[in-house]
Amino acid sequence: MSDYEGVAVYCETKEDKILPIAAEGLGIGRKLADTLGQKLSAVIVGGNISGLAQQIISCGADKVYIVDDLQLKDYQADVYISVLEKVIKQVKPQIIIMGQTDYGRELAPRLAFRLGTAATMDCVDLAIDAESKRLLQTKPVYGGNAQAVFITETDPQVVTIRTKAMEALTPDTSRKGESVTIPADLDASVIKTKTLERVVEEVAGIKIEDAQVVVAGGRGIGSADGFKQLDELAKLLKGAVGASRPPCDNGWIPDMAQVGLTGKIIAPEIYIAVAISGSSQHMSGCSGSKTIIAINRDKEANIFRQARFGVIGDWKKVLPAFTQKLKELMAS
Amino acid sequence: MNIIVCVKQVIDPEAPPASFKIDAAKNRAEMHGVPPVIDPYGEYAVEAGLRVKEAGGGKITVISLGVNLLREVVKKPLAMGADELILLDDEAYAGGDSWSNAYSLAMAIKKAGAFDMILCGREASDTNAGQTGPAISEILGLPCITLARKIEVKDSQLRIERVNSSGYDVIESPLPAVVTVSNEIGQPRYPTVKGIMAAKKIEPVIWKPTDIGIEAAGTGANTQRTKLRKLFQPVYEGKCDFAAGDSPEEMAVDLAVKLRQAKVL
Repeated sequence: MSDYEGVAVYCETKEDKILPIAAEGLGIGRKLADTLGQKLSAVIVGGNISGLAQQIISCGADKVYIVDDLQLKDYQADVYISVLEKVIKQVKPQIIIMGQTDYGRELAPRLAFRLGTAATMDCVDLAIDAESKRLLQTKPVYGGNAQAVFITETDPQVVTIRTKAMEALTPDTSRKGESVTIPADLDASVIKTKTLERVVEEVAGIKIEDAQVVVAGGRGIGSADGFKQLDELAKLLKGAVGASRPPCDNGWIPDMAQVGLTGKIIAPEIYIAVAISGSSQHMSGCSGSKTIIAINRDKEANIFRQARFGVIGDWKKVLPAFTQKLKELMAS
Repeated sequence: MNIIVCVKQVIDPEAPPASFKIDAAKNRAEMHGVPPVIDPYGEYAVEAGLRVKEAGGGKITVISLGVNLLREVVKKPLAMGADELILLDDEAYAGGDSWSNAYSLAMAIKKAGAFDMILCGREASDTNAGQTGPAISEILGLPCITLARKIEVKDSQLRIERVNSSGYDVIESPLPAVVTVSNEIGQPRYPTVKGIMAAKKIEPVIWKPTDIGIEAAGTGANTQRTKLRKLFQPVYEGKCDFAAGDSPEEMAVDLAVKLRQAKVL
């Protein structure tokens, strides 16, 4: 057998915190490590991040490997991959968990292939196979029409996890752990691509990933004007407006509003789907919502399979009456 | 500018979900009664390649890997305006994982000659993995930029806008490089009649593993690092509570009242 042992979570950071998905990775990582009877390590890379070690330990890690260098302050793909490669070769974990984030999407496969192993992306469930002790990696495929369970036969077994698919532990500040500093020893020759600029595209109002209520429209909305009606309902409910892919492709609403496999994956309290048929690729982005409410003309529409409340009818007639009635009810 | 675009033949992801079936014995999915298509994300990559070619000239070579690839399907990029088509079409390629397929594609790219840019879709609509582009870059030791929404070439340098969840990154890279293309690049063009006629006349080049320097046992299922254990369809209980009423307006009011009573809103 290989000399790889233990579970490691790469904890992505933003400003002075670890991302929520890193805490979720530590949550599932803790479970897997306990099942295997092995240790859970965490890896953080950045500038001025050593202070995060205790937070990571309180989320479940036994040991935190820190690569802290001001030159690592901002993400640069080539540099981060070579730093992670070095850390992983030293730590030799059997399982590596990363987040399916903007950067995790490229870090995980490149790191895995560089290490001579393989990655499984966007997992929604992870467990240890009782017999082989290998990691059972469940991920949606065919745009969410199906799920596949994979096993990686080489070590380390690299996975990314889908946002909000795993549970973080309640932080326990009394947990004890160890931190180890690893020097970055940056080698400029590894740098091929360079990020020159990060452009933030401001969206008016509440960000869709932070909103408790999302009102989303599909192809049936038909125009940019149609989305104004969705906006009115969203404002009333202090929510944000989202969309499936066709409205974004048609320029009725900015790409930033796209919910789905290739857009945002969100899990609001309430998701109101207006004139959205509910393709699997769209449902991948919203099926974690607590309550889905659907308005659609077609009673066979896929969206009704996952909706808790529904109206079969033309949204142009349903939505104004619904918004009006809700306004009255909320005022009284 | 020599541009390589990797595309994949997949079951039609736009077909109604009801036609999606799993053959449990073979652990394989199919769209019942719907023909396969070129992967939509691959079409975005073809579109990106065509735009680069339009801006600065060049040649686009499309490469596709699979078993029994349908000519009318894999010729679509030619009909859109690509120049050449190489098919890695052989039983030996069957059952490969991301690594096996990327390795064969990388060996084919090397054999195809000089290249400046390799384009792939951000992910394929069947595996939803997004590993082929990054894997090719690692195998060939090339720079890799993922999720491009805009590609510019200036003085042999690439300048790319890379999509992220709050906007985009501007990334610069030397050539040659691997770029994966996201849907934000914009709608792929439809093939023109002229393009379809031109595509008919182009004969694809077919390479078996030995043609690209790989033993038959050195690709496909033999080289899997990742094995598929099980494929299944998640089940949703249909428990949708439909609003009642004689008109859409009445149903809307009923929904509002229901949501209020259930304390959802």
